[in-house]
Amino acid sequence: MASDLSVIEGAKLLMVGAGGIGCELLKTLALSGFKDIHIIDMDTIEVSNLNRQFLFRQSHVGQSKAKVARDAVVRFRPQISITPYHANVKDPDFNVDFFKQFNVVLNGLDNLDARRHVNRLCLAADVPLVESGTTGFLGQVTVHAKGKTECYECQPKPSPKTYPVCTITSTPSKFVHCIVWAKDLLFAKMFGDKNQENDLNVRTSDAASSSEHAEDVFESKKDEDIEQYGRRIYDHVFGYNIEVALSNEETWKNRNRPRPVYVRDVLATELIQQNGNVDKDLVAGDPLSVSAMASLGLKNPQDVWSLMENSRIFLEALKLFFLKRQKEIGNLSFDKDDQLAVEFVTAAANIRAASFGIPLHSLFEAKGIAGNIVHAVATTNAIIAGLIVIEAIKVLRKDTSNYRMTYCLEHPSRKMLLMPVEPFEPNKSCYVCSETPLSLEINTKRSKLRDFVEKVVKAKLGMNLPLIMHGQVLLYEVGDDLDEDMVANYEANLEKLLSELPSPVTGGTILTVEDLQQELTCNINVKHREDFDEEKEPDGMILSGWTQPPAAEKDGKESMGNGASTSSASQAIPLETIGDDDIEIVPVVTEGVAPERKRKLSDTSNAVTSDLSSVEHGTSSKKKPQEIDDDSDVVMLEDGDSGISKKKRLR
Amino acid sequence: MDREELTEQETALYDRQIRVWGVDAQRRLSKSHILVSGLKGTVVEFCKNVVLAGVGSLTLNDDRPVTDELLSANFLVPPDENMYGGKSVAELCCDSLKDFNPMVRVAVQKGDVSSFDVDFFDKFDVVVVSCCSLTTKKLVNEKCRKLSKRVAFYTVDCRDSCGEIFVDLQDYIYSKKKLEETIECILLYPSFEDAIAMPWRSLPKRVSKLYFAMRVIERFEEAEGRKPGETSTADLPNVLKLRKDLCEAHSLSESQIPDSLLERLLAGTREFPPVCAIVGGILGQEVIKVISGKGDPLKNFFFFDAMDGKGIIEDISKTSS
Ligand SMILES: [Zn+2]
Repeated sequence: MASDLSVIEGAKLLMVGAGGIGCELLKTLALSGFKDIHIIDMDTIEVSNLNRQFLFRQSHVGQSKAKVARDAVVRFRPQISITPYHANVKDPDFNVDFFKQFNVVLNGLDNLDARRHVNRLCLAADVPLVESGTTGFLGQVTVHAKGKTECYECQPKPSPKTYPVCTITSTPSKFVHCIVWAKDLLFAKMFGDKNQENDLNVRTSDAASSSEHAEDVFESKKDEDIEQYGRRIYDHVFGYNIEVALSNEETWKNRNRPRPVYVRDVLATELIQQNGNVDKDLVAGDPLSVSAMASLGLKNPQDVWSLMENSRIFLEALKLFFLKRQKEIGNLSFDKDDQLAVEFVTAAANIRAASFGIPLHSLFEAKGIAGNIVHAVATTNAIIAGLIVIEAIKVLRKDTSNYRMTYCLEHPSRKMLLMPVEPFEPNKSCYVCSETPLSLEINTKRSKLRDFVEKVVKAKLGMNLPLIMHGQVLLYEVGDDLDEDMVANYEANLEKLLSELPSPVTGGTILTVEDLQQELTCNINVKHREDFDEEKEPDGMILSGWTQPPAAEKDGKESMGNGASTSSASQAIPLETIGDDDIEIVPVVTEGVAPERKRKLSDTSNAVTSDLSSVEHGTSSKKKPQEIDDDSDVVMLEDGDSGISKKKRLR
Repeated sequence: MDREELTEQETALYDRQIRVWGVDAQRRLSKSHILVSGLKGTVVEFCKNVVLAGVGSLTLNDDRPVTDELLSANFLVPPDENMYGGKSVAELCCDSLKDFNPMVRVAVQKGDVSSFDVDFFDKFDVVVVSCCSLTTKKLVNEKCRKLSKRVAFYTVDCRDSCGEIFVDLQDYIYSKKKLEETIECILLYPSFEDAIAMPWRSLPKRVSKLYFAMRVIERFEEAEGRKPGETSTADLPNVLKLRKDLCEAHSLSESQIPDSLLERLLAGTREFPPVCAIVGGILGQEVIKVISGKGDPLKNFFFFDAMDGKGIIEDISKTSS
């Protein structure tokens, strides 16, 4: 390994991410002798990072991860150069030219979106990428080298779980449905942007056209105080709305009927009047330290609260938002590190769960579900970081034939806890690295350009700075250097139906979508289609030509019936796409690879044979450690005397 | 098991890992006491891992003065001679580790680990030894076994880009869920001395070549009175001679222990930090499993070689023959 020192010392590396894997990686790179490391991370340090991101201390909370990590590592390796960027890797500054200066890029990222972005830049700049991810005791390291191995997007990645709107608004059957309702509908409605479309609102105004409910119930009335307002909201969302839903008999034919819950049924009068002690409370300063649990004297986040306790928390949290965090109302979005928001969402989800006969959950569990928190430990990150460095050195030595994809397993498979596998070849039908055209079924007479941009270009294609062309006509473009007329023109186009654009998009049209930053171009063949199934095809359009994540369809079906809970550790990890630094995803490990494609093994010697499908399953579920198959105990021993081999069976 | 709750501070700090192993496991971790002896790169990685995990206490034993070689894979001690002040490796590492997690007590125990009496080890739930002689490994292992309570014993060593972990949990009883019912499992572990005394011909052929190679090097160092890792490629002829003797005695083909592998192990006296991270990570995970009682512990050897990238468990115990 000493012979590697010159390639190590001469290398210039880019690390993306200074979180769980990033801290371990930066340390191991520095110890291994790397001398020029650049590191990008947009996040700041949080308390829940400190159990594994060991370069950070309590005193660093709130500071840039990239910068603090640099300072910490330079302390024990002062002679090396580490360049930190406290920035988003998607910033236009980090363009193809920026990427070209590096010999290899190492990802320690926490979200699909950024991973795809980096993948494209690495392809465009022709710089090899070592990709990684961990969750709990599972982890994975992969090398993506243009033209030699598959790119990050050659295989479909599981998309975030989505639930049919009616399951969330009307017929929840699992706790996660209640969480989604509490977080994405109720919390957003009460504390987020009031003008945003929100299905909670729709249901409310749909429900009654003449009564008081026709007006916005969420507006507080002139003559009511905050206590009255809270109780009115409570009664409306947990009582009145349920009554309205119950009136639709059709819905409940094959379902358990929910029970409307009103404040007066749950809380005794004296409790209603003096819930909490917010007025006496001394909380000041940091708005994030405001807590309904604290003011109600509830201490253990692991406890499952009763309906009454949840109701008190709900009213108290609502009150605290209006009394202590008034300024933020209208701009809040749910944040798992916002204690009061977690309390509010936990309580609201539990009250709704109680109403629908769904088991209640603790704040700790609810927070995990609401924040899509992925389980993380230091050891797995350390192991994965070590494996990344080993692959990075192979990349620098151009030792292509020895590139490996390595799985870190929780239970041994064929005696292995660390299992290397030969990497895949590039997928010839990958639209990212093979420029294969895509096809889109869409109703061109009813969909706006905006729908296409949001649901296809951004959500599916993961483009950051897109440009859309029909032939020579530019339909849409994003960028800093556009003049006002053009911006206004594009804004107007966004609101137009596809078939009514200046250069109409109809069946048979070929659209070209380009991202100048990612240097990625795709052609999309448009097919007009009249109707889409609202439940199965909620986007109202279908993009094909690259394999859809297998999980997506299944989830849709499951959530109609007994959907899978995201709370269980054995569950496939819910993929998070909103930036959350604690999420370290292993897309392939947790979801298994496309089953029709068999991975080749790294080692043909003998220890491992075939049947890796069992391995991937073993990683995705809490399966028993596999017994080493009996055959492996059939041993050939050379007999010292005769030199003749004989078989011996152990056990 | 007492039911006392974790503090708010602990819940906030350990949030992500409690989601992996649960509150009970976290509570057990916070009451556990670990001794490590021999602070090279792999053990330093291990120390970081268990301090972050939130064990009750960690005791460090290594009186050696700091040298460049000793620090080659150490991220706890800055390479500034002015700061050493005559302190031992253990003392310098202790200062840094304390800083990682104020809830863990980190202390130094001076002295030679082989000279500590049986009662000394009674204070610990886990003992990890590294960079010590074959005799010391056997001796410490035996002392741990003499105690009425179970002290989990581990050895860990990395050479070049290879690493080895040995585990002795004596008799380890744990429960695991099989479908709906919980079943009780018993694992019986041999001591280090008994494990390595197992005739090689009784082992499966697919046993990692590293197992044999490490035994040869270990015996060589013992016979020559060398300190662990005090070898070079110049020793190869003598090591090959020893390999021949051992293979003959065990009726094993010499091809099972390739020259090239032995040469790597003899030459690579400098630690390879990625391997330290990997092996120190696996060891950390194993110790956490055993303390928390969650998961199947490994029995009883683990090998990693960066050349093929495999991390393999080998069961080398009497009960398997
Ligand atoms: Zn591709």
